[in-house]
Amino acid sequence: MSSEPGVRDQLTIGPPGSQYSMSPPEGPADPSAELTYQYGLEVEARSQWAYARRRFVRHRLALGSLIVLLGIFGCGLFANFIAPYTYQQINLESLSVAPSAKHPFGTDSAGRDSFSRVLYGIRTSARVGVLVGILSTLIGTIIGGFAGFYGGWIDNLLMRLTDLFLTLPLLAVLLVAAKYLGHSTPLKLALLLACLIWTQIARIVRGSFLSLREKEYVEAARAAGAGDVRIMLRHMLPNTIGPIVVSATLTIGTAILLEAVLSFLGFGIEPPTPALGGLLNEGQDQGIDKWWLVTFPGVVIVVIVLCINFIGDGLRDALDPTQRRVRA
Amino acid sequence: MPEPLLSIRDLVVEFTTEDGVVQAVDGISYDLFPGETLGIVGESGSGKSVSTMSILGLIPQPPGRVVRGEALFNGKDLLKVSKKELRRIRGNELAMVFQDPMTSLNPVLKVGFQIGEAIKTHHPETKDDAVKKRAVDLLKLVGVPNPERRVDQYPHEFSGGMRQRAMIAMAVANEPQVLIADEPTTALDVTIQAQILEVLKKAQEETHAATILITHDLGLIAELADRVVVMYAGKVVELSDVHTIFNSPRHPYTVGLMDSLPRLTADEDWLRPIPGQPPSLISRPPGCPFHPRCFLSQGRVRCREEEPPLRPIGDSQHLTACHFAEELEGRTGHLVEPVGAGA
Repeated sequence: MSSEPGVRDQLTIGPPGSQYSMSPPEGPADPSAELTYQYGLEVEARSQWAYARRRFVRHRLALGSLIVLLGIFGCGLFANFIAPYTYQQINLESLSVAPSAKHPFGTDSAGRDSFSRVLYGIRTSARVGVLVGILSTLIGTIIGGFAGFYGGWIDNLLMRLTDLFLTLPLLAVLLVAAKYLGHSTPLKLALLLACLIWTQIARIVRGSFLSLREKEYVEAARAAGAGDVRIMLRHMLPNTIGPIVVSATLTIGTAILLEAVLSFLGFGIEPPTPALGGLLNEGQDQGIDKWWLVTFPGVVIVVIVLCINFIGDGLRDALDPTQRRVRA
Repeated sequence: MPEPLLSIRDLVVEFTTEDGVVQAVDGISYDLFPGETLGIVGESGSGKSVSTMSILGLIPQPPGRVVRGEALFNGKDLLKVSKKELRRIRGNELAMVFQDPMTSLNPVLKVGFQIGEAIKTHHPETKDDAVKKRAVDLLKLVGVPNPERRVDQYPHEFSGGMRQRAMIAMAVANEPQVLIADEPTTALDVTIQAQILEVLKKAQEETHAATILITHDLGLIAELADRVVVMYAGKVVELSDVHTIFNSPRHPYTVGLMDSLPRLTADEDWLRPIPGQPPSLISRPPGCPFHPRCFLSQGRVRCREEEPPLRPIGDSQHLTACHFAEELEGRTGHLVEPVGAGA
């Protein structure tokens, strides 16, 4: 059948035998086999994730940001291998020296190497940021999920609680809390921040669950006997994963900024553990002529947060299944 | 007479809306016998779907509310059993095929997973590879080509007809005793409809499930149903076996429904719709709900004032809710030879 010359051969749009060839291959025995199969036009199935990955990779700014951010966080993570000195190593022979080959970011008044301290500071800040991202996403998803799924008075109660948290003057609460909680370890600070900034995610998840609740496949799942938890976890959460991932990413940025602010004000991570905000604080104490002490940690904070925002942007575009167009 | 498998008695379902209380289902009763296909026919808003959704506990409450009635299934009243018990029954003993296959499958989950989930929900002890094998078998049963490959695909890779097949596979996964098909072919084009009917028939034969077929398509009823319930404005207006309904309809609404179908054999210029609109279910007209549109009523006082009960006419199996049903004597629905009659 396939070797029969005739009209079919003229339909070939690729080189003969290539995957675009329209001449039917040895036909499968099952006559009901799909048309695509018969005509050899195999279309490789792409999952939503594959599409999302493609869209993200094509989003150059986001991809670049991801690489830069991974680089910065990697440096922080492996600070003990990369840093030429430890963060409290005092060198009395080089006090307050400007950036040089030996001390790329200069040293402070105690002769501590600023580059090493920034690396360790990145580690602290990244740790806080990621922890806050995970915790606040968990809290927000659970609260928003229950509110959106059950609606009614549960929704009302949980959303008023969310409103309450949104109206809190964030900085004031953080300062008071940080003061009373005493010595701030990264974990403690992350918990504190997570308890305050889950509201955004809760609102997003609630909105999404509210609309998903009315979907027919949720009704179908219910008709199949699925329980509430199963419907939430299996049917609704995967449909919300895009917005959750995006806002979790952006929350990491927010958390790093907040941590920097707190540490700058002296209420954040307790010295001697270096944090980027704390380094800024120490730097500005030592006067404008020691410009390198504030510039480098500051630039690192800005770059990190910018990268995170660009990544969030890219993820938003990539995970939006209605968007087929690929942005440059 | 065999015992009915599902027996609905005097079911009343209301919805509270801003404009008032809508009586979507107003005291309906019918039986479903083992192995039979019961067709429920009526126009949109006549309470066809709500009557079945409510016995499965699937209407949103509030605003919906089952006011009274019972739905006996295997000796249990589905309207009174606990939520947990009802969940165990749903999808296991009573399963449902939904109207729109384009929206009834979750877009982010593989089709095979969703079929498997129907099994896993009720038989959590089943091994994953056994579940998958069963999903493949089910897809094969409903005529999805290449089931081994299809099982790992997402709904967007399925055509509408294929999705509806997958939905049927999901519904029969646990070999339910009752299969409720809520307008299973409405969202599909005509050629696919015929295929889906075949699949439904086959699935029903394989699983011996009694089927409730909800539709507004009389052709579908003629093709598949053994007995027919005609609903109008939340009430059962006529109930009989399929041959009697088509050969000697004894309710003016049923006659009107059949008259409104175009005849392919006769040369006709105009369709003959039933005049008027279905009544608002918030403020029902007193008397017979159909009287403002009825060609028999002709303004007779009894139609306006007295609500006709569902009563036997002719043989005891034929029920009608019309005061003057006898005047329809000799009237036939024009689908005298229902497609598939005697089959």
